[in-house]
Amino acid sequence: MCYFNGMTLLTVDNLSKTYATADGPFAVLRGVSMTLEAGESLALTGESGSGKSTLLHLIGGLDRPDAGSILLQGQDIARLDDAGRAALRRGTVGVVFQQFNLIPSLKIADNIAFQARLAGRHDADWCAVLADRMGLTDHLRKYPEQLSGGQQQRVAIARTLAPRPALVLADEPTGNLDEGTAATVMDMMLELVAETGAGLLMVTHSQALAGRLQRRLHLRAGQVA
Amino acid sequence: MTRAAFGALLSHWWRNPLQLFTLLAGLALATGLWSGVQAINAEARASYDAAASTLDEGRYDRLVARDGGAFAQDNYIALRRAGWQVSPMVTGDLNGVRLIGLDALTAPSGMGPVSLGGGTDLGAFLTGSAQVFANAATAARLDGVEVLIADDLANDTAVADIGTAQALLGREGLIDSLLVMPDQPVGLPALGEVAPDLTMQAAQGGTDIAGLTDSFHLNLTAFGLLSFAVGIFIVHGAIGLAFEQRRGMVRTLRALGVPLNRLIGLMLAELLVFALVAGVIGVALGYVIAALLLPDVAATLRGLYGADVSGNLQLRPVWWLSGLGIAFAGTLIAGGSALWGISKMPLLAAAQPRALAMAAGRRARWQLVVALVLLALAAVLVFTADGLVAGFAMLGALLIGAAFALPPVLNAVLAFASARAKGVTAQWFWADTRQQLPGLSLALMALMLAIAANVGVSTMVSSFRLTFTGFLDQRLASELYVSTDSAEQTAALISYAETEGVAVLPIQSADVQIAGHPAEVFGTRDHATYRDNWQFLQSSAGAWDATFAGQAVVINEQLARRAGLALGDPVTFGSVTLPVAGIYGDYGNPVGQVVLVEDVFATEFPHVVARQFGLRISGDVGDFVNDLTAATGIGAGQTIDQAGIKAVSLAIFERTFTVTTALNILTLAVAGFAILMSLLTLAAMRVPQLAPAWAMGMTRAALGRLELLRAVMLAVLTAVLALPLGLALAWVLLAVVNVAAFGWQLPMYLFPLDYARLGGFALVAAVLAAGWPAWRLARTPPGDLLKVFANER
Ligand SMILES: Nc1ncnc2c1ncn2[C@@H]1O[C@H](COP(=O)(O)OP(=O)(O)OP(=O)(O)O)[C@@H](O)[C@H]1O
Ligand SMILES: [Mg+2]
Repeated sequence: MCYFNGMTLLTVDNLSKTYATADGPFAVLRGVSMTLEAGESLALTGESGSGKSTLLHLIGGLDRPDAGSILLQGQDIARLDDAGRAALRRGTVGVVFQQFNLIPSLKIADNIAFQARLAGRHDADWCAVLADRMGLTDHLRKYPEQLSGGQQQRVAIARTLAPRPALVLADEPTGNLDEGTAATVMDMMLELVAETGAGLLMVTHSQALAGRLQRRLHLRAGQVA
Repeated sequence: MTRAAFGALLSHWWRNPLQLFTLLAGLALATGLWSGVQAINAEARASYDAAASTLDEGRYDRLVARDGGAFAQDNYIALRRAGWQVSPMVTGDLNGVRLIGLDALTAPSGMGPVSLGGGTDLGAFLTGSAQVFANAATAARLDGVEVLIADDLANDTAVADIGTAQALLGREGLIDSLLVMPDQPVGLPALGEVAPDLTMQAAQGGTDIAGLTDSFHLNLTAFGLLSFAVGIFIVHGAIGLAFEQRRGMVRTLRALGVPLNRLIGLMLAELLVFALVAGVIGVALGYVIAALLLPDVAATLRGLYGADVSGNLQLRPVWWLSGLGIAFAGTLIAGGSALWGISKMPLLAAAQPRALAMAAGRRARWQLVVALVLLALAAVLVFTADGLVAGFAMLGALLIGAAFALPPVLNAVLAFASARAKGVTAQWFWADTRQQLPGLSLALMALMLAIAANVGVSTMVSSFRLTFTGFLDQRLASELYVSTDSAEQTAALISYAETEGVAVLPIQSADVQIAGHPAEVFGTRDHATYRDNWQFLQSSAGAWDATFAGQAVVINEQLARRAGLALGDPVTFGSVTLPVAGIYGDYGNPVGQVVLVEDVFATEFPHVVARQFGLRISGDVGDFVNDLTAATGIGAGQTIDQAGIKAVSLAIFERTFTVTTALNILTLAVAGFAILMSLLTLAAMRVPQLAPAWAMGMTRAALGRLELLRAVMLAVLTAVLALPLGLALAWVLLAVVNVAAFGWQLPMYLFPLDYARLGGFALVAAVLAAGWPAWRLARTPPGDLLKVFANER
């Protein structure tokens, strides 16, 4: 699954999402449009509550939009049913969450291989490379609770990259980490994502971090600013 | 994908073996409790049925020798020739087996092997070839005898043709008794003319036994139902917690692309495997419970009701299957709602806390509505229920309604306490307890049902015992019963008794119709026996005085209910019309009764002559019978030692308690285990909740003490609420279910001491259950508490 840089990987068109709240409907996204080329990295910024996470979840097939389309590799994922979106999450998109979301009862080695196994694309050598590059080789037989936050997030990133997804989504992946750790983890992630040739869409509050990605998209009150 | 996802799900148990253990143990205990009670019940019922269907000899009048021993076959031939419809019987002991010899041609239909199922060589039996029938267990003890297996025969009983039996017993030409068929031709020569050595013994009224045995079974069934309810709540709690703990994992799995349907399918498969494993363990456990209790149950039924119940437990496929069925049904009921919750759980963590809180609120409201509807239904059924099904429906509505109402009630009590709490620790304690309630509520519901079941069943059994002993005192008040077979004998008996200073109470009755219902009228002599021993359910002042003065009658409960008679209402039969002065309990009797003074009886029924008498003897009954025989020629076969029967009955009835007490303690233990389980599984979630209190200066020991205090307090609150529920339960069993089933109401007595002891047991169970988790919590390493802050997002 290699995509040549420069091919359009993702096209989001006029996307809307409204939540029902106690005070009536609340429009989180109001007609968001954007594109992402294969191999390209994009920083998603905006103040709290502007809808960054919501957009990421829609693209990742974790939620459904009310209107608009999301073309991923030419397929409109907004029209997929539950099973279709689950398949998308298994193989095509990988999401790195702010709370690492590891499986607490699996050892680190199994956590890293887990998503690739789900996708039916397990490659032991590649997992070993990922573990090595993320500096996890000494921890493979431990359980998540025995690792620090930074180490856990590196496991989560390795897990996301193990099935070689076409698109990596990251929602403030270093938000739970201290500055020093955050910088190391970020370096490792950017390097590896670039190597696999996946597109990257990352939510971040840090201007410095946003500056390290190729493009930047700013959201304000559910619209592209 | 499936393998990876299943592996992840199962890895949870590998990492948390205690949780797996509690889940399996909860399921197994619930199944064990249910199948244990079921096994005892099924075994007792099967044995009783076998005994009852084999021979209901007691249904028939019979002719026996005056001296109570065997008599020659010539008597039989003479009676048959004279036209008497009688059938010979011989019984004896063969290697500890009761061998009964019958004549198939003349025996009443439905008796012995005549009614046996397929495989019985009726032809051979009828032609008198040597054939002995027994069930497999009994046959094994009759070596040297050719036995045909007939599995519906009772244990320790064998049936054979009378000739075969006589030969085997070495009693050729001898007969023990002659069964007298109900329909005899008219104009028969009198017994004394044809067979002067024989005397007539009246039928025992087998229905009494059947009625009381059924009542006992019904009680056990009700207990089985209760243990099922307790079990379901425990299973529900165990499974609910197992799912609760894996919420996070489930969400991660879905985010990583495991489709919801697949996930639910996998979890369902996992549950069914657990149900199978726990079900098998539980059924085995039930077998052990039943095996330990059954000898007592067998003795109880045999001694109390004369039903022959084998003390050996058989592995019946029915209760194996029903036990497994309960494990599966319980798991599916409990797992179904948990899986439903997972299928409705939003995928995104962001929406989680809000949605969860809303869902919890919705569920609480929904439960309260269900509780109110069920309790209202139970209240309506109090007035309308008149059948067994309605009675049990009411029982179910009452129990489930009360269980669902428990969390909101506890919550209200805690809110009340919380609002009045002074001091910061107290405030925190109450608020924290309220927060804990949802996690503990299923275990508390199980505890409440267990305590209520205990209160209900022990009230019922104790009331039953009091009533029954009172009834025995009433009905077997006379120490000796004597039947005479001629006017001369009667005169001899009365004059002998007079010289001995023994009161003779004639027993004479006539069949009548009262308000269209068949009833028996008894002509009774004025004697203290009645005033002292008969207990009225309702009576007007001086009821016996009025009755013995010939101005009133007393009737039994059955007649009062059927004919709709109340105190003061007139009762009419023949030319007599007298008001009802009292209504007495008459347990296990299907027929209505009227008790009338003997003078009025004699005028109304001049042709009825008393042939049976109750004698009030103060000394040794055996000696009196010997002297009586010497003085009057009345043989031992004509007397029944009631005092002896009563003593045996009462002694053995006590054993019912061994069984019920054991079952009660077992139920409580299971409920206590449920609490332990919930507390242990909650303990992990407790750490983050306790960490702030610890950080703010409470010691770990103090926190542990508060945890223990909380559990005990919740248990006490639950026990207090369970008491009225248990009493309501007992009332339903005694006043609704029993009336619906048997037509008589058992009076309800209260036993405050028993309840206090039960409350004590519940408290001990709670302390034992809460002790360990509290101790563990008090020893949580500070590092774990600190982690809470380190990981806090
Ligand atoms: N399930 C939901 N139901 C109702 N409202 C929601 C839900 N999820 C999000 N919202 C609202 O939608 C808005 C956007 O949320 P979103 O999480 O996308 O913001 P964000 O840009 O990621 O903010 P942050 O930087 O704080 O993470 C917020 O006002 C939030 O309260
Ligand atoms: Mg966000």
